[in-house]
Amino acid sequence: MADIAELHSPLEAFEEQAAPATRVRGYWRSVAHRLRHDPVTLIFGAAVLLIVLAALFAPWIAPFDPYKESIVGRLKPFGWRDHLLGTDELGRDMLSRILYGGRVSLLMGVVPVLIASLIGGLLGIIGGFVGGRVNTAIMRTMDVFYAFPSVLLAVAIAGAMGGGIGNGMLALTLVFIPPMCRVAETATTQVRALDYIEAARATGAGTIKIIRYHVLGNVLGPVFVYASSLVSVSILLASGLSFLGLGVRPPVPDWGLMLSTLRQSIYVVPFVCALPGAAIFVTSICFNLVSDGLRAAMDVRM
Amino acid sequence: MSFYILRRILYAIPIAFGVSVVCFSLVYIAPGDPLQTVMPPDATAETIEIVKKAYGFDKPLPMQFLIWLGRVLTGDFGMSISTRRPVFLEVSEALANTSLLALFAVPLAFFTGYVMGAIAGCFPGRWIDRVVTGAAVVGVSLPNYWLGIVLVIFFAVEYMLLPATGMGPNGSTGFHILEWSSAKFLVLPVITLSMIPVGILSRTTRAAVAEVHNQDFVQTLRAKGLSEWAVTRHVLKNSLPQVLAVMGLQFGYLLGGSILVETVFTWPGSGFLLSKAIINRDVPVLQGTILTLSLVFVAINLVVDLLQSVIDPRIRRA
Repeated sequence: MADIAELHSPLEAFEEQAAPATRVRGYWRSVAHRLRHDPVTLIFGAAVLLIVLAALFAPWIAPFDPYKESIVGRLKPFGWRDHLLGTDELGRDMLSRILYGGRVSLLMGVVPVLIASLIGGLLGIIGGFVGGRVNTAIMRTMDVFYAFPSVLLAVAIAGAMGGGIGNGMLALTLVFIPPMCRVAETATTQVRALDYIEAARATGAGTIKIIRYHVLGNVLGPVFVYASSLVSVSILLASGLSFLGLGVRPPVPDWGLMLSTLRQSIYVVPFVCALPGAAIFVTSICFNLVSDGLRAAMDVRM
Repeated sequence: MSFYILRRILYAIPIAFGVSVVCFSLVYIAPGDPLQTVMPPDATAETIEIVKKAYGFDKPLPMQFLIWLGRVLTGDFGMSISTRRPVFLEVSEALANTSLLALFAVPLAFFTGYVMGAIAGCFPGRWIDRVVTGAAVVGVSLPNYWLGIVLVIFFAVEYMLLPATGMGPNGSTGFHILEWSSAKFLVLPVITLSMIPVGILSRTTRAAVAEVHNQDFVQTLRAKGLSEWAVTRHVLKNSLPQVLAVMGLQFGYLLGGSILVETVFTWPGSGFLLSKAIINRDVPVLQGTILTLSLVFVAINLVVDLLQSVIDPRIRRA
C-alpha cells in the first residue's frame, strides 16, 4: 500500500501544478510585470523622474537667480550664507545653477537620441526591408561614419561648425544615426525572412502595410532599448562638448560648461568645483541602470 | 586564409576613402568662407580672388578634393593657421605623446577589464559578479573629464602626491619614462583614460563568457570529466573573438576620449592639439588631426578583424 501511495503522490502533485491553466500574459503585460519586480530599475527610474522634474521646475525650486552675480560672494564653500552648495567664480549660487543646468544637459541628452532614432530607424528599416543595392548603399555609408570614434566625430562636426547648442545637438544626432540604423537594420532583416511576412504578402498586403503591422512591432523594441542606452552616452558627450567650449555658451548654466570654467578654481574650493561633474555622473548612471532594466524586462538581445 | 586577408584589406580602402571625404568636407561645413580666418577683414575683392586662386578654392569641389587628397597622401596636411608650422609636424608630435599615454592605458584597461569580466562571467549571480557588474556600470557612466578633475583634487590639491597637469617638470627637456620625476606625470592621465574602457570591456567579457558557459559543448566537456579549470580555459578561448572585437572599438574610443582627458591634464597629445585647434578655429589642424586619428582607428579595426580570423576560423567563411 505504501508503495502505491508513494507512486501516486508525485502524480497528484503534478496534476495540481498543471491544473490551474495560467493565463498567458501579453508581451507588454509581462514586461510591466518584470519591471514591477525589479527594485533596482524602479528606484533608479524614480531617480530619473526626480532629476527631470527638478530641471523642469527649476524656476520654482531654485533658491536664487542662477545669473545673479556677486563680487564679494565668489567661490564660497558649501553652506555659505544660505548658499547650500556654495558659489561659483562669479558669485552665482551653485545649487540654482545645477538645477537650471539640468535643463540644457537633459535636452542635449534626449533630443539628439530622439531624432537619431527616427532617422536611423527609418533608414535601417528601409535598408533591411528592401535589401539588395539600397541596403548596401545605406549600410556602407554608415560604415564610413562608424570608422570615426564617436567623441571624435562629435568634436569634428561641432568644432567645424563652431559650437552652440544647436550645432552640438546636430553633431550628436549625426553621431547616433549610424548605430541606430544598424540596430534597426539587423532587426528588420531578421523579421523579413520569416514566413508570416510571406503569408501577409500572399494575402495581398502592400509593403507599407507589412512594415506598419508586421515589421515595426519587431523593430521598435530593440530601437527603444538601444535609444534608452544612448541617452546616457548623449549626456556624457554633450557635456563633453560644452566642456571643450563647443556646446552651450556662457552664461547659460550647463553642467559641462560649469565644470570647465570652475576647473581653474580647484585650489580654492575643490569640492564645489567637482559638483557639476557629479551631477553629470549621477544622471548618466541613473539612465544607464534604467536602460539595463528595460533591456532585461523587454528581453531584447543585441 | 590569404583570400580573406586580401578581401578585408580591400574593404578598408573605400572606408578610408569615405573617411577622407568626410574630413575634407569639414572645411566646407564651417560657417562662412574657408578663407575668412586667414584674410584680413579689409582685404579687397581682388586680393581675395588672388588668394582664392593660390589656395585652389576657385576650382570645382571634386577637383579640390583630388588635389587635397594628393597632398595628404604625400604627407602635406597644409599649414597651421595659429602656429604657422606644417600640420603634419604638429600632428605627428602630438600623436607620439598620445601613443605614450595609450601604451600604458591600453594594457591596463584591457587586462583589468578582461580579468574582471571573465571572473564575473564564470560566477554569474554570485557576489563577485554583482560587484563587477556594479563597478562596470560606474565605469561606463563616468564622465572621464570629471574623473580627471576629481583625481587632481585628491592627489594633487589635497595630498600633493602627484602633479596636476603637464608632461614633465618645468624646464625639463624631453620625457624620461624611467625617471619618476617624469613618469609621475603619466599616472593620473593613464588611470583616467582607462576607466571607461575597463567598464565597457568587463561588461562585454562578462556577457560573452556567461553566454559561452550556457552552450552545450561546455556540458560535454564536463561529462568527459575535464577539470573545472580546463573547462574554464575552453570557455575563455571561445569568448575571445567577441571580446577582441570590443577591444578594437575601445582602442578607438581611447583615442577619441583622449581629447577630453588630455585637455584636463594639458597633456600635449593629439586630443589637446584638437581642443587648441577648436579654440583658435584652426581648421587645417582640426582636419589633419581628425583624419590621422580616424585612419589609425580604421587600421586598428583592420588588424583586429584579421586577428579574430586567426583565432576563430569560422569568421573567414562569413
